[in-house]
Formats: sequence, C-alpha cells, structure tokens
Amino acid sequence: MAKDTSLILMIFLPFIGSAMAAFFPSNARNAEAWLAGAVTVCGLVLASMCYPAIVAEGPVRAQIEWLPTLGLNFTLRMDGFAWLFAMLVSGIGFLVVLYARYYMSPEDPIPRFYAFFLAFMGAMLGIVLSGNLILLVVFWELTSIFSFLLIGYWYHNANARDGARMALTVTGIGGLCLLAGVLLIGHIVGSYDLDVVLASGDLIRSSDLYLPALILFLLGALTKSAQFPFHFWLPNAMAAPTPVSAYLHSATMVKAGVFLMARFWPVLAGTYEWFWIVGFAGMASLLLGAYFAIFQRDIKGLLAYSTISHLGLITLLLSLGSPLGLIAAIFHMTNHATFKASLFMAAGIIDHETGTRDMQRLGGLFRFMPFTATLAMVASAAMAGVPLLNGFLSKEMFFAEAIETHADSILDRVAPYVAVLASAFAVTYSIRFIHGVFFGKLPDDLPREPHEPPFLMRFPIQLLVLTCLVVGIVPGLTIGPFLHTAVTSVLGLATPEYSLAIWHGVTLPLLMSFLALLGGALLYLLLKNYLAHCEEGPPYFRQLKGQRIFERVMVAVSWRGARFLENRLGTRRLQPQLRLLVAVALIAAAWPLYHMSFGLAAFSWNLDDAVFSGLWAIGIFCAVGAAYQAKFHRLVALIFLGGAGLVTCTTFVWFSAPDLAVTQLLVEIVTTVLILLGLRWLPKRSEEFQTDAIRMAARLRRYRDLAIAVAAGGGMTLVAYAVMTRAAPPTIADYFLEKAYTEGGGRNVVNVILVDFRGFDTFGEITVLGIVALTVFSLFRRFRPAPDSVESPEQQRVQNATDEARPDRTAGETVSDYLLIPAVIMQWLFPVIIVLAAYLFFRGHDLPGGGFAAGVAMAAAFILQYLAAGTRWVEDRLRVLPLNWIGFGLLLAALVGMGSWLFGYPFLTSHSQYVELPLIGSIPVASAILFDLGVFSLVLGATVLMLIAFAHQSVRRLRASRIAAAEEETA
Amino acid sequence: METVLSVLVGLFFAVGIYLMLSKHVIRILLGIAIFGNAVNLLIFTVGRIVREVPPIIPHGFDVPPGPVANPLPQALILTAIVISFSFFAFLLVLAYRAYQEIGTDDTDGMRVAEPEGESLPPLGY
Repeated sequence: MAKDTSLILMIFLPFIGSAMAAFFPSNARNAEAWLAGAVTVCGLVLASMCYPAIVAEGPVRAQIEWLPTLGLNFTLRMDGFAWLFAMLVSGIGFLVVLYARYYMSPEDPIPRFYAFFLAFMGAMLGIVLSGNLILLVVFWELTSIFSFLLIGYWYHNANARDGARMALTVTGIGGLCLLAGVLLIGHIVGSYDLDVVLASGDLIRSSDLYLPALILFLLGALTKSAQFPFHFWLPNAMAAPTPVSAYLHSATMVKAGVFLMARFWPVLAGTYEWFWIVGFAGMASLLLGAYFAIFQRDIKGLLAYSTISHLGLITLLLSLGSPLGLIAAIFHMTNHATFKASLFMAAGIIDHETGTRDMQRLGGLFRFMPFTATLAMVASAAMAGVPLLNGFLSKEMFFAEAIETHADSILDRVAPYVAVLASAFAVTYSIRFIHGVFFGKLPDDLPREPHEPPFLMRFPIQLLVLTCLVVGIVPGLTIGPFLHTAVTSVLGLATPEYSLAIWHGVTLPLLMSFLALLGGALLYLLLKNYLAHCEEGPPYFRQLKGQRIFERVMVAVSWRGARFLENRLGTRRLQPQLRLLVAVALIAAAWPLYHMSFGLAAFSWNLDDAVFSGLWAIGIFCAVGAAYQAKFHRLVALIFLGGAGLVTCTTFVWFSAPDLAVTQLLVEIVTTVLILLGLRWLPKRSEEFQTDAIRMAARLRRYRDLAIAVAAGGGMTLVAYAVMTRAAPPTIADYFLEKAYTEGGGRNVVNVILVDFRGFDTFGEITVLGIVALTVFSLFRRFRPAPDSVESPEQQRVQNATDEARPDRTAGETVSDYLLIPAVIMQWLFPVIIVLAAYLFFRGHDLPGGGFAAGVAMAAAFILQYLAAGTRWVEDRLRVLPLNWIGFGLLLAALVGMGSWLFGYPFLTSHSQYVELPLIGSIPVASAILFDLGVFSLVLGATVLMLIAFAHQSVRRLRASRIAAAEEETA
Repeated sequence: METVLSVLVGLFFAVGIYLMLSKHVIRILLGIAIFGNAVNLLIFTVGRIVREVPPIIPHGFDVPPGPVANPLPQALILTAIVISFSFFAFLLVLAYRAYQEIGTDDTDGMRVAEPEGESLPPLGY
C-alpha cells in the first residue's frame, strides 16, 4: 500500500469506526469491542508498515488540497517522533479497548462510549500526524471536545459533568490561545506547513512577535498537559470511567501538550523566555504534583497528581534547551505512558472488584488478588524510579540533566534539589498506594467481596508491566532503535551521543536516585499514621484549591458578571429596551458625523416650494396630531394617521412615482379598515384613574421620550437633506431603464423590475406575505380562546341592548339594515372594482398598476361587501376560499419561474411578446404577466384572509351567546 | 423643496419613535404605521426627487428619451409598502390576541414569560 494512503487511512479509520459504533444496539458490548479493537489494530499495522520508509527516507507525507489559495492543505506527515506517538496512541488504545470490554457494565450505553473513544483516538492521531499547523489546531480542539464527552460519559453524575465542563473550559481556552499562537507563527514564517515552520527556527526566534507567539503557544500546550497553574482540571477529570482515564490521562490527551512542545522544540526552545516560562511551569508542576499526590485518598486522585508531576518532569526537561534533555523527555513520555496506563487500569480493577477507591477504606487486598497486586507493585516501582524498570532509566537521565548548568539562574541552581525532593515524594506516594491498598488490615466494610478480575481484563496490565520490565532491563535492544529514530527526526544532525545503559558506574545521578528512594521510604514511615486518618488534600494547601478558584472565576464571569450586566443594561420592560435601541442608533449615527462633518448644503427655500410646504404642513399636522391624540382618542388618531398616509401618497404622485401612489393609497384603505376592526376589541383608556404623582412621573418620562424622538427625527432630517442635495451616483437603475423594454418587454420600469429583473425577491416577498396571512389565520382559528371567554366589543353590546329593549326587534336587527342606500351602492360597486382591478393588472407591465395594486384593489372590493352586508352575508357567499387563492398564487409564481428551466434558462427568466386580443387590442404578454398573476392572487388571498379572520370574531361571539341563550331556554 | 421634504421625513420619524416608546400596544402600533411611512419616504429621497417624469418608457422608444425618476427605490418601496402592511396586520392581530389572553394592552403588564418577582436564573455552579 502506498505510504500516503496508509497515513490517510490511519486518520479516517477511527472516525469511520466511530460513526459505525454509534449505530450499534446499546447492548452490543462484544461487537463494539471487536470493531474498536479492529480499528486500533489497523492503526498499529498501518503505522508499523510505514516504519521502514521513515528510517530509510525520512518523513512520510500525504497531502489533499483543501484551501490551496490560502496555503491550507490537508497535509499529513509522519516522522520518527510522530511514529512513536502513533504507535503509543494505537497500541495503548487497543489495550484500553480490551480492558473496557470487561470494565464497562452492561447497563452503560456502550455505543456512545466506543463512538467517542474512537473519535478521540482519531483526533489524537490527527494531532500527531498533522503536517499543517491549522489542521493540527483543528484536531487539537477535537480532542478537547471528545475528552469533554468522554469525561462526562456518566452524565447523571454531577462530578462528571463539572469535571468535563472544567476540562473543556480550560483546554478549550488553551486551544484558542494555541490557534492565535499558530496564526502568529504562520504570519512570521509565511506558511503553515510544518516542514517549512520547522526549518525556520532562527527566523521565528529573532522575530518581534516571538514572545507573544510563544506565550500563546505555551498557554495551549500547558493547559492541555495540566501544568501549573492550569493543573486543577486533571484531578476533577477523574470522574471519567477508568478506561478513559487510562487512555486520556496517561498516554494521549495530556501528552498532547508535551508532544507539541517537543515537536516545536527545535523552533521555539533555547531562548531565555522559553527557559523561564516552561521551566517554572514544569518545576512547579513536578514538585507540587508529587507533594499533592501523597495526600490523596482516592487512588485515581493520587494517579492524577502523579501524572501532573511526571508531565512537569517532562516539561522541565524540555525547558532546558539541551538535546540530551529532549531525548530524556521523549523517553520519559513513552515510559510514563506505559506504567501510568497500567496503574490506572489496576486502579479500575480495584474499584471494580471492591466498590471503592478510597485508600483509607482499602487494605490487605494482596490475599484476594495476588496477580493484580504484583503487577501494580511493579508498575508503581517504575513510577517511583526503582532500578531495572523503565522509569528508573529516564529519571536518571533527568537527574543527569538537572545537575548540568544550562542558563545560569536561580531556577537552574535549585533544579537538582527539586528533582531529588520530587522523586522522594514520588517514592512516598508509590509506597502509599501499594501499602495502603494491598497490605495491612483487611477492612470489613467493603461494598463488595474482592476477587481477581477475568484474565483478559488483567491482560493489558500484564503486557504493559512486561514492557516496563523489558525496557528497564534491556533498553538498548528494545526501545533503543525506535527512540533513536524519534530523536533524530526532531533533532536532525544535532543529535548528540547518548547511552541507554542501566549502569554508568557510581555517578552523581545514581546517588541522587538512591537518596530519593531512601528519603521517600523514610517519609512514608513518618507519614503513615497521619495518612491513614487525614482529610482529603495536602496540609496547608487544602484550602487553596485551583478548582475553587476556577469556580469562583466562572461564577464571577458567567453569573455575577452576567447578572450585573443584566441589572445595569437589561430590563424586562419593553420601553427601556426600545429607548436604548434608539439611543444607541442615534449615537452610532451621530459619532461619525460629528467627527467627519456632514458637508451639508445650505438650507434653501423659494416660493415654488409654497405648495409643497402647504401639503407637508398638513402631513406634519396629521402626524403630530396622531401622536397627540393617540392616548385617549384613538379614532381621531386613526383619522390623522390616514391623513399622514395620504400626504405620503400625494408626495409619491408629485415626485414621479405613480405606482407607489396607487399602492400606498390602496394599502392605506385596507390598513385603516384593519385597525378599525381591531380597535373595537382593544381596551379603551380614560383619564380619570391617575394620581398626580404618577401623572407627573409619566409626564417626565414622556418628555424624555419626546426629546429622544425629536433628536432621532432631527438626525433623519439631516440625513435625508444631505442625501438629496448631493448628485446621484450612477446606479444599477440606469441598467434597468435601458433594458426594461428591450429585454423585459415592459414600459413600466418599476413593474418590470418587480416581476422580471428582481423576480426572485418578489417571489420571496409574496411568500412572506402568505406566511403572515396564514399566521394571522391560525392565531384566530387554531389557537383561539373559547368563544364564551371573549367579551363582545362595546359597540356590539350597545346594539344588542337596543334590540332587546324593543319588543318589535330581534337581536342583531339594528346591524342588519343600517346604511341602506350606501349598502346598495357598495354592492353594485363590486363588479366595477373587479374591472378596475383587472385594468390595473393588465396595464401593469406598461403603465402604473400591476399585481400588487390590483390585488389590494380587489381586496377593497371585498371590504366594501363586508361593510355593506355584514360578515355572515359575505361568508355565506364566498365561493373560493382565500386560502386557495394564496396557494394558487404561490404555486403559479413558482411554476412560471420553473417553466424557464424547460427552455434551459435560469429560474424566473421571462419571455415577452405582444398578443392581439379582440375588442381589447394589443396587450403585452410576457411570461412575467403570469408571474404577476400569481402575485395578484396571493396578495388578494392574503389580504382577504386577514380581513375575514378578523371580521369573523364578532360572528363567533354572537353565535356563542345565541347558543348559550338557546340552552338556557331549553333548560 | 428638499428642505421641507426632509423636515417632513424627520418629523414622521420623530412621531413614529415617540409613539413606539409608549407603554401601550395601540400607540406602538400607530407609531409603527407612521414609522413605516417615514422609512418609505426616506428610501424615496435616496433616489433623489424629480417632478413629473415617472420611470415609464413612452411608446415608440426603447429607452426613456430624457431623464426620468429613479425606478430602483420605487421598486424597493413598493415591496416595502406591502411587507409593512402585512407586518402591521400581524402585529395588530398579535396585540388583539395578547389582549384577549392577558387582559391588558400595557406592555409592563404582559408578564406571562417573565412573571413579576420571579427569581433570577439559577446558579451555574
């Protein structure tokens, strides 16, 4: 198989497996395990197949073009270092799958676990194999998300939810910082390709942007690797199922941070800044993690802090900037992955078999599970750095580096002491784990009777512990060549001589190792009794929890801060919100004007304007009158409103917009009728019920509103004037004017724009209109209240009362024959208006008119019938329901549009020609006229539907009262 | 005439905004109606104003022989008129139904979703 294919397969197989795993039945434990196992083994095989090529030819690359113009490609790249990590990720992944098969209980939703697990593995392989920085960050964030999902796997557990959220918050923010850092690096180098970036170390280190890029980059790496001061999320992530911890928190997720630092070590390391930031974080994590680990009661808590400490060790090694330090760091990454994964699995077995992980409750388990105990002991010995185990080798390399001087500073001078102290702590907590769990008195209150786990559950631990032993005894024959490949792929020609032997003679590092072992054992003896009864957490530091600080910050940001802002800016009342909106718009508009000046022409006025001024004075009077009367005299306000509308309409006529005038006039009529229909149902207000204090406050508020409104209006005046006094720039309107007749086949340019050039907009608009009509209809029809819960409007009650008071009348008679003569005229007008609508419709393409105007005009005809004959009369005679008109209109418009597809033109292309009709003469027939027919039909349907839905309300009430009356009579 | 027209536009805006800042739904509705007119007129002014030259191509010509009014804002306003009509109708029905359900047209009293004295959102942590 080609090398690039196997690289791409390595990335995609886990994601494909994840998608498949999600669809298995929830009890398919075995099938899921087989699938996940197969995927991990495939990863292992594919990676192994690439190894010879990497040794022989260097990095293997695969590239898929993604956004080549931006220099972004889906580039995969595997060198020796990436290979080592890919093997770790796949290999430990396989063992964890095997382990999880026995660990997860049948009640757990297994498909979710394996789906997330495989997706996480894919993302992790993505980080390791990315050959492009942006791609790397994408996978980086993916691991954060999937680790969130895995940690929160038991989401019914509050600790799991909190831990998952904290992990996501910390690592997610880190990931964003990393993205910013990577963008800066890409900006410095001019490329996001990993090979290019790795080759331009000097350029990056000498750049002005080096420090910000470094800090952002390290924020990403240190949060991911749970390094001080971001370490607190890792212990809280221990609420995850143990297989997740064994995988994420030993070999993969937390290793991503140190992997990244090692990956970019040749580019970023070696400076004073790098040494201080990375070195301080590493040293603090090393020491504090080890110290905190001693005092944990939870086995997994102990392992989590130990992980922080060991990652701190790796970070510290990386900070030194010496090639030997890097070698030791990479070596310790693999060693830590093996022993820590096995220890997590052992912790899971203990939890599984006894029902608790509290070391103060556990004890004497050696008798019940000798195999597991032996394996755990060997693994802990590796963690403590006991000779003949792999942990010893890398730790000795660490000691050797610690005593060297790298950059003369306080940090460098204390390093050997810190190293020995932290190693002693590591010995102490390792002994505590072994002694506290497997030896001593057997407690009598264990939740379950302990026993050995099934062989296959123990098998992964056996394999890992065996690795620890073999690597520890014969390092040169086992890990040696692979480590060498990994190291040379990072360091290249700068790779120094190094030796993996166990015995270097009696050296200072060896002495330090023994000092640590001895000191650690002594410390355990001193602390033994205290540890058996102490509270959770280390003395003195117990109160100072990173978790609590994090929560304080989160509460401050997400709740207190939000509430503060809500109290200050937010309100549950509408007026302040609107006021704020208007005020902000006002300021946003005034600001640039104030700074860049308006360039207003002088205000001019001549006698010509007198007529206009008179007209507009009426408009202004109407508008102000409407506002003034709106409070108590709504009918008057409505009349003024109509006046303002008419002034607008006249303005349109005067300034060459006959289409607008026609439509505005018709719409004005329909609107007024609608308001009249609605107004009688809405409550009336009168002036009596107000005390002076309230009236004063209200008056002040309204003065403020008035000031805002006047300011906004003044601003709009300036805007309108500034626009009108400038010469018009050439716009697309010229194109429309030129092509309206030659291509659109119509002389009325506005109409041609609507039905032809911008037909699609119109189509969307009539759709909106239809939706609004249906909403209105459903508000009245579907979600209406019971008829008897609705009061009749006052006017109707008065009419009915009159009818009831007079013995010669029946209820409803007053309404039946009012306005007799106008009613007859209005009924006769019906056909006349139909003709007018038809006239408006047909001339629309050439002269003012069109589908909109015709539709509204036609609706006015129906309104007149309502006025003349009453709701029920019209409803009884309405043959074609407005709902059908709406449907027909929309369908017709769509079909006309699609018709042009038949001729190979885009949607809504129109065709035009003139047709001779007898009596009427030559009329333009464009396919656009059919479209306009759709518009007409929809506008008519929508308008009439809204009107009758509203008008029907009074009939319902009447009918309901009549039914109630009839029931009373029969009773 | 530009001066007076722009004053008219500004006044329509002022009246619309003043009414919309009111507490009562009916006044807000009237405000929206005037505001709609104001916006339409403003868009109209953007196309500049010219008298008695509607954008209609006379018979015998393929393109307008002289300068005509700008058809683009007109087309925009035509759709805007219809849309604002439907918007207004929807609001009116909404106000009516809200009054039916809640029994008030005072926006301060419309507190079905956020009752008066309701506790603040729950703590996150």
